[in-house]
Amino acid sequence: MKELKLMKGNEALAEAAIRVGCDGYFGYPITPQSEILEYLSLEATKRTGMVVLQAESEIASINMIYGAAGTGKKVMTSSSSPGISLMQEGISYIACAELPCLLVNVVRGGPGLGTIQPSQGDYFQAVKGGGHGDYKLIVIAPSTVQEMVDHVKLGFDLAFKWRNPVMILADGALGQMMEKVELFEQIQRSFNPPSWATVGKPKDRERNFITSLHMEPEAMEEINKHLQAKYKKIEEEEIRFEKYMCDDADIILTAFGLVARICKKTAMLAREKGIKVGVFRPITLFPFPYDELNKLADNVKGFLDVEMNAGQMVEDVKLAVNGKAVVEFHGRMGGVVPAPEEILHKIEEKFSVEAL
Amino acid sequence: MNEKTMIEENKNFEEVIAEENICTNENLVYEKPETLTDTPMHYCPGCGHGVAHRIIAEAIAELGIQEDTIGVAPVGCSVFAYNYFNIDMTEAAHGRASAVATGIKRVLPEKYVFSYQGDGDLAAIGTGETIHTCNRGENILIVFINNGIYGMTGGQMAPTTLPGMKSTTSPFGRDVTMMGYPLKITNLIATLPGVYYVTRCAVNTPNNVRKAKKAILNSFKYQKENKGLCFVEIVTNCPSNWKMTPLESNKWLEENMLPYYPLGDLKTPNGKGE
Repeated sequence: MKELKLMKGNEALAEAAIRVGCDGYFGYPITPQSEILEYLSLEATKRTGMVVLQAESEIASINMIYGAAGTGKKVMTSSSSPGISLMQEGISYIACAELPCLLVNVVRGGPGLGTIQPSQGDYFQAVKGGGHGDYKLIVIAPSTVQEMVDHVKLGFDLAFKWRNPVMILADGALGQMMEKVELFEQIQRSFNPPSWATVGKPKDRERNFITSLHMEPEAMEEINKHLQAKYKKIEEEEIRFEKYMCDDADIILTAFGLVARICKKTAMLAREKGIKVGVFRPITLFPFPYDELNKLADNVKGFLDVEMNAGQMVEDVKLAVNGKAVVEFHGRMGGVVPAPEEILHKIEEKFSVEAL
Repeated sequence: MNEKTMIEENKNFEEVIAEENICTNENLVYEKPETLTDTPMHYCPGCGHGVAHRIIAEAIAELGIQEDTIGVAPVGCSVFAYNYFNIDMTEAAHGRASAVATGIKRVLPEKYVFSYQGDGDLAAIGTGETIHTCNRGENILIVFINNGIYGMTGGQMAPTTLPGMKSTTSPFGRDVTMMGYPLKITNLIATLPGVYYVTRCAVNTPNNVRKAKKAILNSFKYQKENKGLCFVEIVTNCPSNWKMTPLESNKWLEENMLPYYPLGDLKTPNGKGE
């Protein structure tokens, strides 16, 4: 039976982790996402037997994930920007060893210790690498508290389908805001160890070992080629996006996560004034919907990319549009959330469109 | 110089010619446990890692827990340990083996989990993970190989390098006023309530090898009984980076390492330390 609740984003995500049948959570407190660890500490073990462990640092928690994910169990961690930075070495190991797991970044403003207010300043880190070496996370960006729930399920599905770490890239506002959510039914925890998992070597199989060390350059290149081929397939099969009033739009706002829903309000305000504005929202940030955006570029005056950073996704938007139309940018930084009217004003300013 | 004259001129080697007529199956007294693979080890001649691997492998075989044991290899000379142990293993990032082992053990509590870590890995970059894994009393075994030097990277100063001891980054000897004192992390760990068994062993003599193996065996037995964390330090040599022959290094170990890192139990199940 589906259940409706009014929940905070972080708590909704934690509830979804329990319901999806997650086997283990390893994390460390950091604002604005500590409610995830708190909620799980209170609820998870007694309800499903899920392991919940507060580690001594984000470095420890990501390495606990590395070990636990290597057993083929369904495990996850969450943190916020500075904590995710600390995890990058471990994430690179996990990506190379191709271990499925779910990572959640409830982004706050940076750089440095920054602020505890919402930001999208970690787009590059999440989408372009973050740690060392050539690897990709599958990155999904929720825009509502409902998606904080839905993306937990989607995230684990993608992680196990592709044997790849998946990151939910949220932000402090999504983590803290309360909205109505529809919760899916409890999925029983179950365990069928994958063939590659380190669960103890039975007599009838060779030992399994998980490593990212390959001393021969040719062998390491083969690993890289294998990863790149996998990422290419992910790009072919897993692109997700949302188009909002794009069909007749003269100007399209591109935005992800929280900002996309603000842009929807802007589009409504603009249309009230007679300016045809649509919103294009990538849901998967890797893989990025380059082709779809490129098609849209044929019929518009231009794009305004709006982000809570100094301009990160805009680089991918420009790659997608490939010179077919003008791509403008508006960003707020340091934890400031742009208002719908502010974005409308930017549209008017940058595209010299007047309200009718 | 041919091989024979090399051996004759080097007092550290003694050539023993095996007689073919005694190399028969009925005379077999010693064999490789099935918990070791056939992969030749990459360790330098005289290094203690090979013996340490072997006693762990023997313990796993004798207890019949090969199917239920998962090991964690470190970064350091023993980074390739997973090539030698015929069990499921994970190779951890530098210093993080005990966190990786924690992750495995927490989701598979019925399995036996051990980490195998050197002094740089466990007592420098991984100090935080080591202390907190021990403090949580994770029900795992940590094997700590202490040879007072970074082997894999070529002989740099370790947290356990002795005062005055030379390394490539303490070329005039470790000056404790500038570089700090050797860290007796095993003694620190023995003070933590979550820890069940802490002992310091060596593999430099047959008798010490037997004692070290006994410590490993006991640790796995305690793990079966969910007693808490077991910590076995093995003080050993590094002939290559100490720039000594194997025999010289064993002598140096006895005269220098063991006085600083005395062998024996630091915490036992009946609560007694040495």
